[in-house]
Amino acid sequence: MREYINGNEAVARAVRLARVDVVAAYPITPQSPVVEEIAAQIASGELDAEYIRVESEHAALAACYGAAVTGMRVFTATSSQGLAYMFEMLHYVSGSRVPVVMAVANRGLAAPWTIWADHQDSIVCRDTGWIQLYVETAQEALDTCLQAYRIAEHPEVLTPVMVCLDGYVLSHTEEVVEIPAQEAVDTFLPPYKPQRVVEPERPLVFGVGAGPDLYPAFKQAQQEAMDRAREVICRVDEEFYRIFGRRHGGLVDPYRCRDAEIVLVTLGATTGTAREVADRLRQEGIKVGVLRLRALRPFPAEEVRRALAGCRVVAVLDRNCSFGYEGAVCTEVKAALLGLKEPPAVVGFILGLGGQDIRQADIEDIFRRCLAAGSGAVHQVAAAQSR
Amino acid sequence: MAKMVEIRWHARGGQGAVLASRYLAASAIRENLYFQAFPQFGTERMGAPIVAYTRISDAPINLRCAIERPDMVVVLDPTLLKAVKVTANLKEGGAVIANYPGTVADLARELEVDGQFKVYAVDAYKISSEELGRPIPNTPMVGALARVMGLIKLENILAEFEEQFSHRFKPEIVQKNLQAVRRAYEEVQGL
Repeated sequence: MREYINGNEAVARAVRLARVDVVAAYPITPQSPVVEEIAAQIASGELDAEYIRVESEHAALAACYGAAVTGMRVFTATSSQGLAYMFEMLHYVSGSRVPVVMAVANRGLAAPWTIWADHQDSIVCRDTGWIQLYVETAQEALDTCLQAYRIAEHPEVLTPVMVCLDGYVLSHTEEVVEIPAQEAVDTFLPPYKPQRVVEPERPLVFGVGAGPDLYPAFKQAQQEAMDRAREVICRVDEEFYRIFGRRHGGLVDPYRCRDAEIVLVTLGATTGTAREVADRLRQEGIKVGVLRLRALRPFPAEEVRRALAGCRVVAVLDRNCSFGYEGAVCTEVKAALLGLKEPPAVVGFILGLGGQDIRQADIEDIFRRCLAAGSGAVHQVAAAQSR
Repeated sequence: MAKMVEIRWHARGGQGAVLASRYLAASAIRENLYFQAFPQFGTERMGAPIVAYTRISDAPINLRCAIERPDMVVVLDPTLLKAVKVTANLKEGGAVIANYPGTVADLARELEVDGQFKVYAVDAYKISSEELGRPIPNTPMVGALARVMGLIKLENILAEFEEQFSHRFKPEIVQKNLQAVRRAYEEVQGL
């Protein structure tokens, strides 16, 4: 059934369709409508789940953690300062290998205070051991939340997943979304069957500690699970396609990259705008393409290398900044290209911080600047000029 | 090539512009058109001037940027014509559709439009006051917009309104709303 909903509502629909057992969340703009909608669904009986009201985001994720170790299917959502407030618990959840799924409506971090979109909030959580998937549309937000449970709960993975959607640009933009039928979702996503659970009826005391002799082995196991997640993410997307007729690229989503001279690497919603610009420049005979990274963690280094190997210049559009160096995605892309015989030049662009609109003209400007760039030049363009 | 129309809505917080764009969108689904609608991202206050945007296309919509040069502007409150430059960045040859109590020539003069834009006026306050007993401009303005835009059939708009409103209002109120939409569709005047 086609409906007209925004990204937040799409996430809330996915939570209902996934038959989530426990939701614990604290409201924050631009994510609040997700948990408001879920609370309404629970209140009306459309969703048979427990909503745990908490005093903070830290407590929200702690509650999710507790519920997840008892074998429940768990969901939370946050943004920006809320995600920052969860930082400590992010590591507890990933290190304990419980399959929590969280939607992040991406928003910049204070100060200066902002409610508008950029990716800084989730990028700074890159190393917390969570799988990070960035979506382009409300449809993909819905589909990816469903896929996220399959990935997180996979016995070879058991790693929490963040589904990142641009604040406002996706969270508050209404569009046509195909709502999958419950029966089809039930086929795709059967109930979670945890291998081990903590049973509230048989209380035990745990100390989640490990000495120097054991700690590295836990971290090694997390790293290996992330490595295995690459294949699982792709397989789950394919299986989703077989049932629902939609796929989103698995780890990466290349567009007109095969014969491209210049490829722009993107995350999230801006990709659509970039595709429009690429189509226009192609009509002028300028060979450009767009490579959207759907997964940032695990990083799809092999897929990135393959997609970019033939081009002359790679532009990376970062909606974040790793202060003191460059956009975080730019660093990752450069590292992935190391070892290629004739590696393309990589030029980084930082744009769209704190909700600055990324216009078609901005993307065209990036392509044209790269067209003029000499081969072999690797340099970083400073943070966006204010307009 | 895909055909796309970009619309900017000017209203006051609480006048139902977002709801109006929602009903318009839902009617468009009945025609297999694609839609994207977003508020001016940020905060909103009752009574303050607000802006909202809609894209309508016969193909899936890729663009994820603000609408810089709209094809059409819809104004839900005539007092905004003095408060806000509603024709700002409107495409050459684009259309302004305003809730306006005077003639379309008066509206053109007030907007200082001299042939560069098409101008349409409909007295949505009068229509909604007569039909609904309250000056609620959003439903009639959807009717007027539909007439000017021509992409969505009136019957599909009426069917969508009927479906949406029947969950919330008594049948009598639903019929009055439909009549307001129909009248604005009929009564909109253009230059």
